[in-house]
Amino acid sequence: MKKIKYSEITPEKIYLRRREFVKKLGFSTGSLIIGQNMIGKAFAANDNLQEKITERRYVTTYNNYYEFGTRKSDPVEKSQNFKTSPWNLTIDGEVEKKITLTVDEIKNSFPIEEKIYRLRCVEGWSMVIPWMGFSLNKLLEKASPNGKAKFVEFTTVFDPEQMPGQRYPILKWPYKEGLRIDEAMHPLTTMVTGLYGKELPNQNGAPLRLIVPWKYGFKSSKAIVNIKLVEKMPTSSWMQASPREYGFYSNVNPRVDHPRWSQASERVIGSGILSERIPTTMFNGYGDQVANLYSGMDLKKNF
Amino acid sequence: MIKYFKTIIFILCLWPLTAISLDIYYNELGAEPVKKIMNHFGEWTLIFICLTLSMSPLKRFTKLSIWIKLRRMLGLFVFFYATIHLLTYIGLDYRFDWQPILDDVLKKKYIFIGFSAWLLLIPLAITSSQKMIKILKNKWKILHKLIYIIAVFGSLHYIWLSKTIFFKPLIYSIIIVVLLALRIKIKKKDINYG
Repeated sequence: MKKIKYSEITPEKIYLRRREFVKKLGFSTGSLIIGQNMIGKAFAANDNLQEKITERRYVTTYNNYYEFGTRKSDPVEKSQNFKTSPWNLTIDGEVEKKITLTVDEIKNSFPIEEKIYRLRCVEGWSMVIPWMGFSLNKLLEKASPNGKAKFVEFTTVFDPEQMPGQRYPILKWPYKEGLRIDEAMHPLTTMVTGLYGKELPNQNGAPLRLIVPWKYGFKSSKAIVNIKLVEKMPTSSWMQASPREYGFYSNVNPRVDHPRWSQASERVIGSGILSERIPTTMFNGYGDQVANLYSGMDLKKNF
Repeated sequence: MIKYFKTIIFILCLWPLTAISLDIYYNELGAEPVKKIMNHFGEWTLIFICLTLSMSPLKRFTKLSIWIKLRRMLGLFVFFYATIHLLTYIGLDYRFDWQPILDDVLKKKYIFIGFSAWLLLIPLAITSSQKMIKILKNKWKILHKLIYIIAVFGSLHYIWLSKTIFFKPLIYSIIIVVLLALRIKIKKKDINYG
């Protein structure tokens, strides 16, 4: 079995130190393998930017997860009793065979790897996060999408008893997000089951969340219960709330401003009061891997 | 007696500055310190706008003139905290990098209206002295009605920067609307009885 046990994973302190270690040895960050943990290739694209992994305390206490409230501290404060087991994920719609899997079945079906990705929030801040997960395409292939499957729609659980934010019309619940099928099949698109070598904390979207590292953070749905393959472009909760502000693609793009925030630069979480903003890069630094998905498209129109 | 009272209020008004300084000193600002400092002073600016606007209704209700004696000080604290709020944005967040700041002011409506509110505060701060009241006479009263527009701009600034319908900006807007509505009533009374 290829699944990495939590005990085999580098402790957090060493995590933070090992990047210095890599530097001292003079290796490129893209090519070195330490034990079973490969520092993501995708990461190398950002070598000229900051590359320090964000401290765990920030990753787990500074969250946008409106199901638990709109303050950054709400998710950690209000999600601790959230029940993530039993949990079923259904994959249906335009598929050869509709499937329902438990989280344990999912965790045991695919090798869980560590994936270190940058996360860029549409609000103009960023983190670098060591996720545990596997490429979504492996999961989708299990259901065998048919020829009509052009888009993928992700639905977050609806449970206002446990999720106080859902008692208010902050957004249209349940939270929905979507990807084009080729975006969903891209190896960088990751199903996440863990964080920092441990279980995924509730405030980060346990038990099952998505990570699409070249798009703004809100595209990465949390606490997913349904994945539907569809023919027509789905309408996400944010598109419904404000179509002028949130487009379907929402690729990180320093040249396309959000009506509220300039996207040209970002604040690095945990970098301290005196550190400067850093310039935001196209596709959050993953252009080499994903730019070809959008060749010939006007990304200002398709924001 | 009133002198001591004013001194005590003055010291209390410095609390927002003290509180954030302690947070900075003990490194308790969390994940986004710059944003936290900016929001802190922004929110206190709004609180001081509400306090300033509460003084003349309080005088009406309590029939005590002491409230009016506090109004100028509170108004100057509005300008003080609004200026620190703006400086945090320009200096700490954007490092006096004027191009993106100019872009923001012109393109982002919440920044445009917030900056406008700060500009409108300047003439009020300049003409706040007893001497200026005497020089400007009736014009002073008209000029200082600008605070109503500033209050509306301030609450819009907060509403527009929020991603969806948030609780706090709504609360401030309701308070400001109520404080402004109180004045309309007072005026009608003046006409009826006077």
